[in-house]
Amino acid sequence: MKTLCTTALLVALAGAATAQNDCAAGKTLSDGVLTVATGNPAYYPWVMDDAPASKQGFEAAVAYAVANEMGFADDQVTWVRTSFDQSIQPGAKNFDVNLQQFSITPEREEVVDFSLPYYSSAMAVLTTQKVVEAGATADVASLKGLIWGADANTTAVPMLTDLIGPDRDPLLYGDNVDVTAAMQAGQIDAALFDLPTALYLSAVVVEGGVLLGQFPADRSENPDQFGMLMEDGNPLKECVDAAITALTESGRLAEIEAEWLQDATSVPVIE
Amino acid sequence: MTNRRQLFEARQRRRANTIAAASTAAVVLAIIVLVPLAPGWAAVQKSFFNGAIFARTFPGLLEAFLLDIAIFAWCAPLIAALGLAVALMRDLRAPALYPLRLAAILYTDIFRGLPVILVIYLIGFGIPGLGLPRPWNSPYIWGSLALILVYAAYVAEVIRSGIESVHESQRNAALSLGLSPGDAMRFVVLPQAIRRVVPANMNLFIALQKDVALLSFIGPVEIFRQAGVYKALLANFTPYVGAALIFLAITIPATRYADYLMNRQARARS
Repeated sequence: MKTLCTTALLVALAGAATAQNDCAAGKTLSDGVLTVATGNPAYYPWVMDDAPASKQGFEAAVAYAVANEMGFADDQVTWVRTSFDQSIQPGAKNFDVNLQQFSITPEREEVVDFSLPYYSSAMAVLTTQKVVEAGATADVASLKGLIWGADANTTAVPMLTDLIGPDRDPLLYGDNVDVTAAMQAGQIDAALFDLPTALYLSAVVVEGGVLLGQFPADRSENPDQFGMLMEDGNPLKECVDAAITALTESGRLAEIEAEWLQDATSVPVIE
Repeated sequence: MTNRRQLFEARQRRRANTIAAASTAAVVLAIIVLVPLAPGWAAVQKSFFNGAIFARTFPGLLEAFLLDIAIFAWCAPLIAALGLAVALMRDLRAPALYPLRLAAILYTDIFRGLPVILVIYLIGFGIPGLGLPRPWNSPYIWGSLALILVYAAYVAEVIRSGIESVHESQRNAALSLGLSPGDAMRFVVLPQAIRRVVPANMNLFIALQKDVALLSFIGPVEIFRQAGVYKALLANFTPYVGAALIFLAITIPATRYADYLMNRQARARS
């Protein structure tokens, strides 16, 4: 009787483990598995220690929460790595969803699909103590006079033009590391990043790094919202959207955000 | 007066031309017809050959290309000068000047052996990182210096091969006529050496024209970086195709010109 019970229990568990909700069934790359992509490497605080399967870090946690909501157990989530270029290249993708701080823009949406936003980011001005001592302040007039840098692959580039409109052309770089290297070399005064990345860079990477100010996430023009990227026309989109809506309504998404992304109300708002 | 052999050869030529034209047409036709039949063609066309995006980004790319031309324009003369100096240093024969010669050998060995991008990173971020004040820490200065150092090493080797191609007897003859070693080099050896290596140097400058784009890694927004910005914002690779066309518009005529010089030289020698 005991063995029978155990067997029944096991069968039930196995059944539960493979049962996605009806929405996602048969729409993933491989049946019963959600393939999630992240950057290579994936950065703090989005993924801790470049190990997304540990569920540590904001995007790692969001990926598992969305997967669970869609009916995938934790062990039914696999991770792959893609660069930005790989994620937008034409042809078959090697992931179901890709999350690495992709900002949703109408132009990008013509080539790929985005889920509903899972995070709205403030943009923050990263600079160094030296520049602040030289008289830079958190208002647009002062910011215009600085020499700016940005990661060329991000929406920070048009935002720099729209929000600040620097006097001199900004210098652009291939990734965060190069931007911070140029800042340490004194070639740029300041750089624009999403707030969590800027917090990390100022605290850990840039020697004497300072967050001069932020453009809040709920600004009306040019909001920077992160969405999960999918192949154009992916039928999975509605399931992902439903999961994100459910997580937003239940407050779970806000909980994850509070857990992994530090509160940044201390950073002054730039008018 | 055409004889039978000439008639035969003319017929053979005509036949060869016809076959060449037909096979070329067949290949081109196959590409035009078959490639769009591939299942992913629509997606590839949208991502790489998007007319609307091309029209929207091309003016910005052209503008950014001016920076490439400017960087090329100030690097090329400095490369030529430094390359020549290093080549002459390697040719020094006085034992007392051996340290200079050794320095030239080490220099060419090191800078020819390193990837250009590594040198650009090291010099472009490294030296300003030592704490130079503005404007002396500009990426334009140090990035250009990196390009100059790498390309001058190649040019030096090419010029040295030119110098060595001038027979030793000419130098001896010049010396026996009473020219100093310096004058012998300046008036007898170098004019011939430089002329012989013009086509090889042309090739290097065509390569330089493309490698100027590597400066974008340390900040300057030249055409390659500008195309990358458009790519990121529009999630589309068409701007890269536009940049490639602009590069080709310069490099193909330059390459043809180098070929022409090389052919003319080969004819002059034979």
